[in-house]
Amino acid sequence: MKKIEAVIKPFKLDDVKEALVQAGISGMTVSEVKGYGRQQGHTELYRGAEYVVDFLPKVKIEVVVRAEDVDNVVDTIVQAARTGKIGDGKVFVSDIEQVVRIRTGEKDEEAI
Amino acid sequence: MQINPADNVFILISTAFVLLMSMPALAIFYGGLTKVKSILNTIMMVGVAFSVVSFIWLAYGYSLSFSGDGAFIGNLKYLFLSGINPSDPAPAADNLYHYLFIFFQMTFAAITVALMAGAFVERMKFSAWLIITVLWATFVYFPVAHWIWGGGWLANLGTLDFAGGLVVHETSGLGALVGAIMLGKRKEAVMLPSSLPLVAIGTGLLWFGWFGFNGGSALGMSAQAVSAAFVTSIAAFIGGFVWMALEWIKFKKPTSLGFFTGIIAGLATITPASGFVDVGAGMIIGFLGAVVCFWAVVYVKNRFKYDDSLDVFGVHGVGGMVGALLLALLAKPEVAEVKGLFFGGSFTGLWHQIVGILAVGAYTIVLSFIIFKIVDKLVGLRVDKETESEGLDEAVHGEKAYQKEI
Repeated sequence: MKKIEAVIKPFKLDDVKEALVQAGISGMTVSEVKGYGRQQGHTELYRGAEYVVDFLPKVKIEVVVRAEDVDNVVDTIVQAARTGKIGDGKVFVSDIEQVVRIRTGEKDEEAI
Repeated sequence: MQINPADNVFILISTAFVLLMSMPALAIFYGGLTKVKSILNTIMMVGVAFSVVSFIWLAYGYSLSFSGDGAFIGNLKYLFLSGINPSDPAPAADNLYHYLFIFFQMTFAAITVALMAGAFVERMKFSAWLIITVLWATFVYFPVAHWIWGGGWLANLGTLDFAGGLVVHETSGLGALVGAIMLGKRKEAVMLPSSLPLVAIGTGLLWFGWFGFNGGSALGMSAQAVSAAFVTSIAAFIGGFVWMALEWIKFKKPTSLGFFTGIIAGLATITPASGFVDVGAGMIIGFLGAVVCFWAVVYVKNRFKYDDSLDVFGVHGVGGMVGALLLALLAKPEVAEVKGLFFGGSFTGLWHQIVGILAVGAYTIVLSFIIFKIVDKLVGLRVDKETESEGLDEAVHGEKAYQKEI
Protein backbone atom coordinates (compact mmCIF):
# COMPACT_ATOMS: atom_id res chain seq x y z
CA MET A 1 0.00 0.00 0.00
CA LYS A 2 1.14 3.49 -0.77
CA LYS A 3 0.15 6.92 0.37
CA ILE A 4 0.05 9.66 -2.25
CA GLU A 5 0.23 13.20 -0.94
CA ALA A 6 -0.33 15.95 -3.45
CA VAL A 7 0.16 19.62 -2.60
CA ILE A 8 -1.73 21.59 -5.24
CA LYS A 9 -3.15 25.00 -6.05
CA PRO A 10 -6.39 25.44 -4.09
CA PHE A 11 -8.50 26.27 -7.15
CA LYS A 12 -7.47 22.94 -8.75
CA LEU A 13 -9.03 20.87 -5.95
CA ASP A 14 -12.34 20.27 -7.73
CA ASP A 15 -10.61 19.18 -10.95
CA VAL A 16 -8.32 16.79 -9.12
CA LYS A 17 -11.14 15.33 -7.05
CA GLU A 18 -13.27 14.77 -10.17
CA ALA A 19 -10.39 13.07 -11.97
CA LEU A 20 -9.70 10.82 -8.98
CA VAL A 21 -13.34 9.79 -8.75
CA GLN A 22 -13.28 8.99 -12.48
CA ALA A 23 -10.17 6.87 -11.87
CA GLY A 24 -12.05 4.85 -9.30
CA ILE A 25 -10.68 6.34 -6.10
CA SER A 26 -13.44 6.21 -3.49
CA GLY A 27 -12.07 8.38 -0.70
CA MET A 28 -9.52 11.00 0.16
CA THR A 29 -8.46 13.42 2.90
CA VAL A 30 -8.03 17.12 2.13
CA SER A 31 -6.47 19.86 4.22
CA GLU A 32 -5.67 23.52 3.80
CA VAL A 33 -1.95 24.02 4.17
CA LYS A 34 0.64 26.72 3.59
CA GLY A 35 4.03 26.51 2.05
CA TYR A 36 6.36 27.58 -0.68
CA GLY A 37 8.76 26.10 -3.19
CA ARG A 38 10.19 27.75 -6.25
CA GLN A 39 7.24 30.11 -6.44
CA GLN A 40 8.40 31.78 -3.20
CA GLY A 41 6.01 34.12 -1.42
CA HIS A 42 4.13 37.18 -2.55
CA THR A 43 3.62 40.72 -1.26
CA GLU A 44 0.56 42.45 0.12
CA LEU A 45 0.19 46.21 0.24
CA TYR A 46 -1.38 48.17 3.10
CA ARG A 47 -1.32 51.97 2.76
CA GLY A 48 1.75 51.73 0.56
CA ALA A 49 3.71 49.53 2.96
CA GLU A 50 4.67 46.15 1.52
CA TYR A 51 4.17 43.05 3.59
CA VAL A 52 5.93 39.92 2.33
CA VAL A 53 3.93 36.75 2.79
CA ASP A 54 6.37 33.79 2.75
CA PHE A 55 3.85 30.99 2.86
CA LEU A 56 1.21 30.62 0.21
CA PRO A 57 -2.09 28.84 0.71
CA LYS A 58 -2.18 25.37 -0.87
CA VAL A 59 -4.37 22.30 -0.59
CA LYS A 60 -2.97 18.93 0.37
CA ILE A 61 -4.77 15.79 -0.81
CA GLU A 62 -3.94 12.44 0.78
CA VAL A 63 -4.98 9.19 -0.88
CA VAL A 64 -3.97 5.66 0.13
CA VAL A 65 -4.02 3.09 -2.69
CA ARG A 66 -2.87 -0.43 -3.58
CA ALA A 67 0.74 -0.47 -4.76
CA GLU A 68 -0.22 -1.45 -8.32
CA ASP A 69 -2.51 1.60 -8.65
CA VAL A 70 0.12 4.19 -7.73
CA ASP A 71 1.32 5.15 -11.20
CA ASN A 72 -2.18 5.56 -12.55
CA VAL A 73 -3.32 7.73 -9.61
CA VAL A 74 -0.19 9.89 -9.65
CA ASP A 75 -0.63 10.50 -13.39
CA THR A 76 -4.27 11.39 -12.86
CA ILE A 77 -3.39 13.95 -10.17
CA VAL A 78 -0.52 15.47 -12.14
CA GLN A 79 -2.65 15.91 -15.26
CA ALA A 80 -5.59 17.40 -13.40
CA ALA A 81 -3.53 19.76 -11.24
CA ARG A 82 -1.19 21.10 -13.89
CA THR A 83 -1.52 24.68 -15.14
CA GLY A 84 2.04 24.89 -16.46
CA LYS A 85 2.76 27.92 -14.31
CA ILE A 86 5.10 28.10 -11.36
CA GLY A 87 3.45 27.04 -8.10
CA ASP A 88 1.53 24.01 -9.39
CA GLY A 89 2.78 21.95 -6.46
CA LYS A 90 4.28 18.49 -5.86
CA VAL A 91 3.28 14.87 -5.38
CA PHE A 92 4.90 12.65 -2.74
CA VAL A 93 4.56 8.86 -2.57
CA SER A 94 5.41 6.79 0.53
CA ASP A 95 4.84 3.32 1.95
CA ILE A 96 1.97 2.53 4.30
CA GLU A 97 2.39 -0.26 6.83
CA GLN A 98 -1.12 -0.79 8.01
CA VAL A 99 -4.69 0.40 7.44
CA VAL A 100 -7.67 -0.31 9.71
CA ARG A 101 -11.30 0.61 9.00
CA ILE A 102 -12.56 1.72 12.39
CA ARG A 103 -16.23 0.70 11.90
CA THR A 104 -15.60 -2.93 10.92
CA GLY A 105 -12.06 -3.63 11.97
CA GLU A 106 -11.16 -4.66 8.39
CA LYS A 107 -7.45 -4.40 7.71
CA ASP A 108 -5.07 -3.31 4.99
CA GLU A 109 -6.22 -3.59 1.35
CA GLU A 110 -9.77 -4.46 2.42
CA ALA A 111 -9.88 -1.29 4.41
CA ILE A 112 -8.67 1.07 1.68
CA MET B 1 -33.21 83.56 20.90
CA GLN B 2 -35.63 81.11 22.41
CA ILE B 3 -35.37 77.38 22.86
CA ASN B 4 -36.08 76.03 19.37
CA PRO B 5 -37.58 72.51 19.30
CA ALA B 6 -36.40 71.73 15.74
CA ASP B 7 -32.86 72.75 16.62
CA ASN B 8 -32.96 70.57 19.72
CA VAL B 9 -34.24 67.59 17.75
CA PHE B 10 -31.45 67.95 15.23
CA ILE B 11 -28.69 68.38 17.79
CA LEU B 12 -29.93 65.51 19.97
CA ILE B 13 -29.81 63.26 16.90
CA SER B 14 -26.42 64.70 15.95
CA THR B 15 -25.20 63.84 19.44
CA ALA B 16 -26.24 60.23 18.92
CA PHE B 17 -24.46 60.30 15.55
CA VAL B 18 -21.19 61.47 17.08
CA LEU B 19 -21.52 58.89 19.86
CA LEU B 20 -21.90 56.24 17.18
CA MET B 21 -18.68 57.50 15.59
CA SER B 22 -16.76 56.24 18.64
CA MET B 23 -18.76 53.12 19.45
CA PRO B 24 -18.84 51.22 17.24
CA ALA B 25 -17.51 53.13 14.21
CA LEU B 26 -14.01 54.17 15.33
CA ALA B 27 -13.64 51.09 17.51
CA ILE B 28 -14.21 48.66 14.63
CA PHE B 29 -12.41 50.86 12.09
CA TYR B 30 -9.29 50.69 14.25
CA GLY B 31 -10.02 47.11 15.32
CA GLY B 32 -10.24 45.92 11.73
CA LEU B 33 -6.84 47.50 11.03
CA THR B 34 -5.21 45.83 14.04
CA LYS B 35 -3.60 42.37 13.98
CA VAL B 36 -6.12 39.74 14.98
CA LYS B 37 -4.36 38.93 18.26
CA SER B 38 -4.90 42.47 19.59
CA ILE B 39 -8.18 43.53 18.02
CA LEU B 40 -10.17 43.53 21.28
CA ASN B 41 -7.55 45.67 23.00
CA THR B 42 -7.86 48.25 20.25
CA ILE B 43 -11.65 48.27 20.50
CA MET B 44 -11.36 48.63 24.27
CA MET B 45 -8.91 51.54 24.00
CA VAL B 46 -11.52 53.48 22.04
CA GLY B 47 -14.33 52.40 24.36
CA VAL B 48 -12.68 53.26 27.67
CA ALA B 49 -11.44 56.59 26.33
CA PHE B 50 -15.06 57.44 25.63
CA SER B 51 -16.14 56.40 29.14
CA VAL B 52 -13.35 58.15 31.00
CA VAL B 53 -13.49 61.41 29.05
CA SER B 54 -17.30 61.56 29.26
CA PHE B 55 -17.04 61.30 33.03
CA ILE B 56 -14.40 64.00 33.45
CA TRP B 57 -16.30 66.16 30.95
CA LEU B 58 -19.21 66.21 33.38
CA ALA B 59 -16.94 66.55 36.42
CA TYR B 60 -14.91 69.56 35.24
CA GLY B 61 -14.19 69.38 31.50
CA TYR B 62 -17.28 71.21 30.30
CA SER B 63 -16.69 73.92 32.87
CA LEU B 64 -13.04 74.41 31.95
CA SER B 65 -13.88 74.47 28.24
CA PHE B 66 -17.02 76.58 28.11
CA SER B 67 -17.36 78.79 31.18
CA GLY B 68 -15.88 82.20 31.92
CA ASP B 69 -13.98 84.48 29.59
CA GLY B 70 -10.41 83.56 30.46
CA ALA B 71 -8.01 83.73 27.53
CA PHE B 72 -6.43 80.39 28.29
CA ILE B 73 -8.89 78.28 30.29
CA GLY B 74 -12.42 78.50 31.67
CA ASN B 75 -13.37 78.45 35.34
CA LEU B 76 -14.98 75.88 37.64
CA LYS B 77 -18.44 77.44 37.75
CA TYR B 78 -20.10 74.31 36.34
CA LEU B 79 -18.15 71.76 38.38
CA PHE B 80 -20.22 68.55 38.20
CA LEU B 81 -22.73 70.62 36.20
CA SER B 82 -23.74 72.39 39.39
CA GLY B 83 -26.60 74.85 39.08
CA ILE B 84 -27.70 73.68 35.64
CA ASN B 85 -31.32 72.58 35.20
CA PRO B 86 -32.69 70.56 32.29
CA SER B 87 -34.85 73.43 31.03
CA ASP B 88 -32.08 76.05 31.03
CA PRO B 89 -30.90 77.41 27.68
CA ALA B 90 -27.21 76.98 26.86
CA PRO B 91 -25.19 80.19 27.31
CA ALA B 92 -23.15 79.41 24.17
CA ALA B 93 -26.24 78.64 22.04
CA ASP B 94 -29.48 79.78 23.67
CA ASN B 95 -31.65 78.03 21.07
CA LEU B 96 -30.52 74.75 22.65
CA TYR B 97 -31.05 73.28 26.09
CA HIS B 98 -27.93 73.60 28.19
CA TYR B 99 -27.95 69.85 28.84
CA LEU B 100 -28.00 69.16 25.13
CA PHE B 101 -25.09 71.50 24.40
CA ILE B 102 -23.06 69.83 27.15
CA PHE B 103 -24.03 66.38 25.88
CA PHE B 104 -23.20 67.22 22.25
CA GLN B 105 -19.82 68.70 23.15
CA MET B 106 -19.08 65.73 25.41
CA THR B 107 -19.06 63.41 22.41
CA PHE B 108 -16.47 65.64 20.71
CA ALA B 109 -14.13 65.62 23.71
CA ALA B 110 -14.47 61.84 23.99
CA ILE B 111 -13.84 60.98 20.35
CA THR B 112 -10.83 63.33 20.17
CA VAL B 113 -9.04 61.37 22.89
CA ALA B 114 -10.21 58.03 21.45
CA LEU B 115 -8.79 58.96 18.03
CA MET B 116 -5.25 58.98 19.41
CA ALA B 117 -5.45 55.29 20.32
CA GLY B 118 -4.82 54.33 16.70
CA ALA B 119 -1.18 55.33 17.00
CA PHE B 120 -0.55 53.19 20.09
CA VAL B 121 -2.20 49.88 19.25
CA GLU B 122 -0.67 46.43 19.81
CA ARG B 123 1.82 47.60 22.45
CA MET B 124 0.51 50.13 24.99
CA LYS B 125 -0.23 49.22 28.60
CA PHE B 126 -3.95 49.49 29.27
CA SER B 127 -3.33 51.24 32.60
CA ALA B 128 -1.03 53.75 30.90
CA TRP B 129 -3.72 54.50 28.33
CA LEU B 130 -6.31 55.14 31.06
CA ILE B 131 -4.06 57.69 32.77
CA ILE B 132 -3.21 59.31 29.43
CA THR B 133 -6.88 59.78 28.57
CA VAL B 134 -7.42 61.73 31.81
CA LEU B 135 -4.27 63.87 31.61
CA TRP B 136 -4.48 64.55 27.88
CA ALA B 137 -8.15 65.54 27.93
CA THR B 138 -7.50 67.78 30.94
CA PHE B 139 -4.34 69.52 29.78
CA VAL B 140 -4.69 69.47 25.99
CA TYR B 141 -8.30 69.13 24.86
CA PHE B 142 -10.09 71.28 27.45
CA PRO B 143 -7.74 74.28 27.06
CA VAL B 144 -7.64 74.13 23.26
CA ALA B 145 -11.42 73.74 23.05
CA HIS B 146 -11.66 76.81 25.28
CA TRP B 147 -9.23 78.83 23.13
CA ILE B 148 -11.27 78.30 19.98
CA TRP B 149 -14.83 77.36 20.90
CA GLY B 150 -15.14 78.57 24.49
CA GLY B 151 -14.33 82.26 23.94
CA GLY B 152 -10.57 82.02 24.59
CA TRP B 153 -7.73 83.90 22.93
CA LEU B 154 -7.91 82.28 19.48
CA ALA B 155 -11.67 82.88 19.32
CA ASN B 156 -11.02 86.53 20.12
CA LEU B 157 -8.26 86.69 17.53
CA GLY B 158 -10.63 85.34 14.86
CA THR B 159 -9.25 81.85 14.21
CA LEU B 160 -12.03 79.73 12.72
CA ASP B 161 -12.64 76.03 13.21
CA PHE B 162 -16.14 74.95 12.33
CA ALA B 163 -16.25 71.38 13.62
CA GLY B 164 -12.80 70.56 14.92
CA GLY B 165 -9.98 70.61 12.38
CA LEU B 166 -7.77 72.15 15.05
CA VAL B 167 -9.62 71.26 18.27
CA VAL B 168 -10.20 67.62 17.33
CA HIS B 169 -8.02 66.46 14.46
CA GLU B 170 -4.84 68.51 14.85
CA THR B 171 -4.67 67.90 18.61
CA SER B 172 -5.34 64.16 18.38
CA GLY B 173 -3.04 63.79 15.36
CA LEU B 174 -0.10 65.51 17.01
CA GLY B 175 -0.74 63.83 20.37
CA ALA B 176 -0.70 60.53 18.48
CA LEU B 177 2.57 61.40 16.75
CA VAL B 178 4.34 62.42 19.96
CA GLY B 179 3.00 59.38 21.79
CA ALA B 180 3.94 56.97 19.00
CA ILE B 181 7.53 58.26 18.97
CA MET B 182 7.86 58.02 22.77
CA LEU B 183 6.23 54.61 22.87
CA GLY B 184 8.56 53.28 20.17
CA LYS B 185 8.00 50.96 17.27
CA ARG B 186 6.15 47.68 17.55
CA LYS B 187 8.23 44.51 17.25
CA GLU B 188 6.18 43.68 14.18
CA ALA B 189 5.81 47.22 12.88
CA VAL B 190 3.59 46.38 9.93
CA MET B 191 -0.09 46.83 9.32
CA LEU B 192 -1.81 43.46 9.01
CA PRO B 193 -5.53 44.20 9.09
CA SER B 194 -7.51 41.56 10.98
CA SER B 195 -10.60 42.39 8.93
CA LEU B 196 -10.89 44.85 6.06
CA PRO B 197 -14.68 44.30 5.84
CA LEU B 198 -14.82 45.58 9.45
CA VAL B 199 -12.83 48.61 8.30
CA ALA B 200 -15.37 49.09 5.50
CA ILE B 201 -18.27 49.10 7.96
CA GLY B 202 -16.37 51.40 10.30
CA THR B 203 -15.65 53.80 7.44
CA GLY B 204 -19.31 53.91 6.43
CA LEU B 205 -20.47 54.47 10.00
CA LEU B 206 -17.87 57.21 10.53
CA TRP B 207 -19.06 58.92 7.34
CA PHE B 208 -22.66 58.65 8.55
CA GLY B 209 -21.71 59.97 11.98
CA TRP B 210 -19.86 62.88 10.42
CA PHE B 211 -23.25 64.31 9.37
CA GLY B 212 -23.86 64.94 13.06
CA PHE B 213 -20.28 66.00 13.70
CA ASN B 214 -20.11 68.65 10.97
CA GLY B 215 -23.82 69.27 10.33
CA GLY B 216 -24.52 69.43 14.05
CA SER B 217 -21.72 71.95 14.56
CA ALA B 218 -24.09 74.54 13.07
CA LEU B 219 -25.82 74.14 16.49
CA GLY B 220 -29.23 74.35 14.87
CA MET B 221 -31.35 73.20 11.95
CA SER B 222 -30.21 75.79 9.43
CA ALA B 223 -29.10 76.10 5.82
CA GLN B 224 -25.56 76.07 7.18
CA ALA B 225 -26.19 72.68 8.79
CA VAL B 226 -27.45 71.23 5.53
CA SER B 227 -24.57 72.75 3.58
CA ALA B 228 -22.02 71.45 6.08
CA ALA B 229 -23.38 67.90 5.90
CA PHE B 230 -23.52 68.05 2.11
CA VAL B 231 -19.97 69.32 1.54
CA THR B 232 -18.76 66.78 4.10
CA SER B 233 -20.14 63.95 2.01
CA ILE B 234 -18.69 65.42 -1.17
CA ALA B 235 -15.21 65.65 0.32
CA ALA B 236 -15.54 62.05 1.51
CA PHE B 237 -16.32 60.41 -1.81
CA ILE B 238 -13.83 62.55 -3.71
CA GLY B 239 -11.15 61.77 -1.11
CA GLY B 240 -11.77 58.03 -1.34
CA PHE B 241 -11.61 57.98 -5.11
CA VAL B 242 -8.49 60.14 -5.30
CA TRP B 243 -6.56 58.06 -2.74
CA MET B 244 -7.49 54.88 -4.58
CA ALA B 245 -6.37 56.41 -7.89
CA LEU B 246 -3.05 57.54 -6.38
CA GLU B 247 -2.38 54.00 -5.14
CA TRP B 248 -3.33 52.56 -8.49
CA ILE B 249 -0.82 54.82 -10.25
CA LYS B 250 1.93 54.47 -7.66
CA PHE B 251 1.57 50.84 -6.52
CA LYS B 252 -0.34 49.31 -9.46
CA LYS B 253 -3.25 48.18 -7.27
CA PRO B 254 -6.45 50.04 -6.31
CA THR B 255 -6.70 48.79 -2.71
CA SER B 256 -9.90 48.79 -0.68
CA LEU B 257 -7.99 50.12 2.32
CA GLY B 258 -6.76 53.02 0.17
CA PHE B 259 -10.36 53.85 -0.74
CA PHE B 260 -11.48 53.76 2.92
CA THR B 261 -8.47 55.79 4.05
CA GLY B 262 -9.14 58.46 1.43
CA ILE B 263 -12.73 58.78 2.62
CA ILE B 264 -11.51 59.45 6.17
CA ALA B 265 -8.87 61.89 4.89
CA GLY B 266 -11.56 63.80 2.98
CA LEU B 267 -13.80 63.87 6.05
CA ALA B 268 -11.05 65.05 8.40
CA THR B 269 -9.89 67.73 5.98
CA ILE B 270 -13.34 69.21 5.32
CA THR B 271 -14.18 69.31 9.06
CA PRO B 272 -12.86 72.77 9.98
CA ALA B 273 -14.16 74.28 6.72
CA SER B 274 -17.48 72.46 6.43
CA GLY B 275 -19.68 75.33 7.66
CA PHE B 276 -17.93 77.99 5.58
CA VAL B 277 -17.47 76.57 2.07
CA ASP B 278 -19.73 75.57 -0.83
CA VAL B 279 -19.89 72.31 -2.76
CA GLY B 280 -17.21 73.33 -5.30
CA ALA B 281 -14.77 73.99 -2.49
CA GLY B 282 -15.86 70.70 -0.92
CA MET B 283 -14.55 68.91 -3.99
CA ILE B 284 -11.25 70.80 -3.93
CA ILE B 285 -10.81 70.13 -0.21
CA GLY B 286 -11.61 66.43 -0.65
CA PHE B 287 -9.08 66.22 -3.47
CA LEU B 288 -6.29 68.07 -1.65
CA GLY B 289 -7.01 66.27 1.62
CA ALA B 290 -6.45 62.92 -0.07
CA VAL B 291 -3.32 64.05 -1.92
CA VAL B 292 -1.60 65.63 1.09
CA CYS B 293 -2.58 62.87 3.54
CA PHE B 294 -1.43 60.23 1.03
CA TRP B 295 1.93 61.96 0.91
CA ALA B 296 2.09 62.09 4.72
CA VAL B 297 1.14 58.43 5.18
CA VAL B 298 3.20 56.92 2.37
CA TYR B 299 6.28 59.16 2.20
CA VAL B 300 6.69 61.20 5.40
CA LYS B 301 6.05 58.24 7.71
CA ASN B 302 8.46 56.08 5.71
CA ARG B 303 11.11 58.76 5.70
CA PHE B 304 11.09 59.37 9.45
CA LYS B 305 10.27 55.78 10.51
CA TYR B 306 7.91 56.57 13.39
CA ASP B 307 5.30 53.91 14.13
CA ASP B 308 2.05 55.88 13.89
CA SER B 309 0.45 52.47 13.61
CA LEU B 310 -2.94 53.34 12.11
CA ASP B 311 -1.92 56.75 10.69
CA VAL B 312 -3.70 59.02 13.14
CA PHE B 313 -1.23 61.82 12.46
CA GLY B 314 -0.99 61.18 8.72
CA VAL B 315 -4.75 61.23 8.18
CA HIS B 316 -6.34 63.23 11.02
CA GLY B 317 -3.52 65.54 12.07
CA VAL B 318 -2.44 66.48 8.57
CA GLY B 319 -6.02 66.59 7.24
CA GLY B 320 -7.18 68.86 10.07
CA MET B 321 -4.33 71.32 9.53
CA VAL B 322 -4.75 71.36 5.75
CA GLY B 323 -8.49 71.98 6.09
CA ALA B 324 -8.00 74.78 8.61
CA LEU B 325 -5.66 76.47 6.13
CA LEU B 326 -7.86 75.89 3.08
CA LEU B 327 -10.87 77.42 4.77
CA ALA B 328 -9.03 80.75 4.80
CA LEU B 329 -8.76 80.53 1.01
CA LEU B 330 -12.08 78.94 0.05
CA ALA B 331 -14.67 80.28 2.53
CA LYS B 332 -17.56 81.74 0.57
CA PRO B 333 -19.50 84.67 2.06
CA GLU B 334 -22.86 83.28 0.86
CA VAL B 335 -22.47 80.25 3.17
CA ALA B 336 -21.72 81.90 6.51
CA GLU B 337 -20.53 85.44 5.81
CA VAL B 338 -16.89 84.50 6.02
CA LYS B 339 -14.76 85.66 3.09
CA GLY B 340 -11.89 83.44 2.01
CA LEU B 341 -8.91 84.91 0.20
CA PHE B 342 -10.32 83.76 -3.17
CA PHE B 343 -13.70 85.37 -2.47
CA GLY B 344 -12.69 88.91 -1.55
CA GLY B 345 -11.19 88.14 1.85
CA SER B 346 -8.01 89.56 3.29
CA PHE B 347 -4.68 88.05 4.29
CA THR B 348 -5.63 88.70 7.90
CA GLY B 349 -7.99 85.72 7.82
CA LEU B 350 -5.22 83.50 6.50
CA TRP B 351 -2.88 84.81 9.17
CA HIS B 352 -5.38 83.99 11.94
CA GLN B 353 -5.60 80.42 10.68
CA ILE B 354 -1.81 80.08 10.55
CA VAL B 355 -1.48 81.41 14.10
CA GLY B 356 -4.17 78.97 15.22
CA ILE B 357 -2.51 75.99 13.57
CA LEU B 358 0.95 76.85 14.94
CA ALA B 359 -0.23 77.71 18.46
CA VAL B 360 -2.41 74.61 18.82
CA GLY B 361 0.35 72.48 17.29
CA ALA B 362 3.15 73.75 19.51
CA TYR B 363 1.02 73.56 22.65
CA THR B 364 -0.17 70.04 21.85
CA ILE B 365 3.33 68.75 21.12
CA VAL B 366 4.85 70.15 24.32
CA LEU B 367 2.01 69.08 26.61
CA SER B 368 1.75 65.63 25.02
CA PHE B 369 5.49 65.12 25.51
CA ILE B 370 5.21 66.01 29.20
CA ILE B 371 2.14 63.80 29.72
CA PHE B 372 3.70 60.75 28.08
CA LYS B 373 6.91 61.32 30.08
CA ILE B 374 4.97 61.39 33.33
CA VAL B 375 2.94 58.30 32.53
CA ASP B 376 6.08 56.47 31.46
CA LYS B 377 7.61 57.24 34.88
CA LEU B 378 4.42 56.31 36.73
CA VAL B 379 3.47 52.94 35.21
CA GLY B 380 5.53 52.51 32.02
CA LEU B 381 4.02 52.96 28.57
CA ARG B 382 4.61 49.54 27.03
CA VAL B 383 3.56 45.98 27.71
CA ASP B 384 6.39 43.44 28.04
CA LYS B 385 7.82 41.74 24.95
CA GLU B 386 6.06 38.45 25.56
CA THR B 387 2.64 40.08 25.85
CA GLU B 388 3.31 42.04 22.69
CA SER B 389 4.26 39.02 20.63
CA GLU B 390 1.44 36.84 22.01
CA GLY B 391 -1.07 39.59 21.42
CA LEU B 392 -2.74 41.87 23.94
CA ASP B 393 -6.17 40.27 23.85
CA GLU B 394 -5.32 37.13 25.80
CA ALA B 395 -2.61 38.61 28.00
CA VAL B 396 -4.39 41.84 28.98
CA HIS B 397 -8.09 41.00 28.70
CA GLY B 398 -8.14 37.18 28.96
CA GLU B 399 -10.20 36.91 25.78
CA LYS B 400 -9.88 35.93 22.14
CA ALA B 401 -11.78 37.70 19.39
CA TYR B 402 -12.57 34.52 17.47
CA GLN B 403 -12.78 30.91 18.60
CA LYS B 404 -11.57 28.06 16.44
CA GLU B 405 -13.43 24.78 16.72
CA ILE B 406 -10.31 22.72 17.32
